[in-house]
Amino acid sequence: METLFSVLVGILFAGSIYLLLSRKLVRILLGIAILGNAVNLLIFTAGRLTRDVPPIIPLKSYLPVEATANPLPQALVLTAIVISFSFLAFFLVLGYRAYQELGTDDLLDMRVAEPKEHSEPPLGY
Amino acid sequence: MAATKTTVDITAAMVTEAVPLADWLLVAPVLLTMAGGAISIIFRKKSATQPWIAITTIALVILSNIGLLNHVLTNGVVTMVMGSWLPPFGIAFTADPLGALLALTASVATMCVAVFAMNSIAENERRYGFYPFLLMLLCGVTGSFLTGDIFNLYVWFEVLLISSFGMQILGNEKVQIDGAVKYAVLNLIATTLFLAATGLLYGLVGTLNMADIAGKLKAFDNSGPMLGLATLYFLAFAMKAAAFPVNFWLPASYHTPRLVVAAIFAGLLTKVGVYALLRVMLLLMPEGRDWLASLIGIVAIATMLTGSLGALAQTDIRRLMAYLVIAGIGAMMAGIAVGNEVAVSGAIFYSMHSVLIMTALYLLVAFMFQMSGTFSLREIGGLYIRTPLGAGIGLILLLAVAGLPPFSGFWAKLLLVAGALEAGRGWVAAGILVSGLFTTIAVGRLWIFAFWRGGNEHTVDGIQALPIAGSSDAADISWSIWLPLIVLTALIFVIGILPETMMSITENGAKTLIDPTAYIGSVFGGIR
Repeated sequence: METLFSVLVGILFAGSIYLLLSRKLVRILLGIAILGNAVNLLIFTAGRLTRDVPPIIPLKSYLPVEATANPLPQALVLTAIVISFSFLAFFLVLGYRAYQELGTDDLLDMRVAEPKEHSEPPLGY
Repeated sequence: MAATKTTVDITAAMVTEAVPLADWLLVAPVLLTMAGGAISIIFRKKSATQPWIAITTIALVILSNIGLLNHVLTNGVVTMVMGSWLPPFGIAFTADPLGALLALTASVATMCVAVFAMNSIAENERRYGFYPFLLMLLCGVTGSFLTGDIFNLYVWFEVLLISSFGMQILGNEKVQIDGAVKYAVLNLIATTLFLAATGLLYGLVGTLNMADIAGKLKAFDNSGPMLGLATLYFLAFAMKAAAFPVNFWLPASYHTPRLVVAAIFAGLLTKVGVYALLRVMLLLMPEGRDWLASLIGIVAIATMLTGSLGALAQTDIRRLMAYLVIAGIGAMMAGIAVGNEVAVSGAIFYSMHSVLIMTALYLLVAFMFQMSGTFSLREIGGLYIRTPLGAGIGLILLLAVAGLPPFSGFWAKLLLVAGALEAGRGWVAAGILVSGLFTTIAVGRLWIFAFWRGGNEHTVDGIQALPIAGSSDAADISWSIWLPLIVLTALIFVIGILPETMMSITENGAKTLIDPTAYIGSVFGGIR
């Protein structure tokens, strides 16, 4: 099961890196969305996939009776989901504002901060 | 209470005795900044009170950080666990000299920026949340310096990142949105890679507590997966710290936000990346560092050279400063590449120096812009006659960033070069010295053009050109601009004249990093 999931994580990473290398901002944002989910799945898989026994200790007992699912990766993934979701929301707005202000979603044309014409620094006093 | 009393022995999993009062200092900076941030959001419409809320909060944080540093230096590494759960179950906050020193320096730099911003951040930008963002940024940065849990470090990274995004786009100009796209996307990718590495590390050792990881990795006999992880961490943190060749987001974005914002970014954000590298490479994976040492060395030299040569090639003084940030990052990475006690002590010294000097330099740029009305090296000039005090401050700061004595940068570079020669890595030492030479030329030219020359380019010697329309007189410069500049310059000067105290702290920090016994002992009790 872990092998299968590892392959899936690999495919998601490959897809997101392909999208991140694109020139279009929208594709980069999609790549970020996939990257976040790929990492979530990675953490989940790294915590080992076991049968879905909830980590509940029965009454009058101090230890779980059988091997249970690992709750910690789920807590980690939950944190990471919240964070990546809020970042994606910010990025979508930022991308939209960039399109409005700069009139393009092509990164090669986004040269307001770094103008194309290069001026030489002063060479003399 | 009697009904819930069980016969289970909880001392195996929980701290039962009360936390000593002094240990609360460990969480105080985070709690204070978080509370201050929340209060200043409540008062978001009272833009006149907001600065004072922030300044009061940061003043308390500085006091608390001084107390913490003192506590750490007298009692050794201090640990506090959240929810009384014993490590490795609960999240631990662990302060060693490195973390405590950087937390203190960061709060001092933030204070200077908070005061400077009183006059230079417009009314409506305060309403868009400059001060809450500033406090949350400090919260994230201090949290990163003090946490002892690697996943928690990721969470603090995100706290400081989202605050920095908010500050980056303050002003809502075209150029800021353009800069923000590059800054935000690349920083988020770096942080996500860090998270991926952390997930894999958890899969490998089954713990997230840094002290626990350090102990477990040492006992690990198969080093292959660990070396892979070390490389992934190195990539993630190098991107965050702006090391060559993943540094192009920095000069593309640092000149776009408000200059006070750029000052706090340049002072704190890249240093968090360097701090994380120091922590992960030296404390968690020393074997990985040994394996990567040559690569880190090459990256460090390339970063220093591209940084200082890039500074030479700029016309815009804001972008010149951005390249100086990069050159400094290279020097700190050189300390990690060498990895012996002297060099690591130098890297810690340089991090502390870099927080102060980069904040001060961006504030100096803001001051120069107000005096001259331009950012261009071709048009700026004539500031010496108009503000001799400003010219003196400028000279000290620019010589300090180049690493010339008697200022704080000199001692950091001295330790780095001495460490590199001691470890037989002469080429790293050569890289530091050559980059220092280029930096000196770049900043020397800046000072001569901006202050010494009478006016813009081709002004003949002895002629004082009229100031550019819209620039202020020295008499109009508010105290809130002079005060932070003078305080930072004085700190850099005093540390440069009396480096012994600082050196003993950084040496102590380097010792704790290289030999993790004290760190692990503090987390798991026993050796306190």
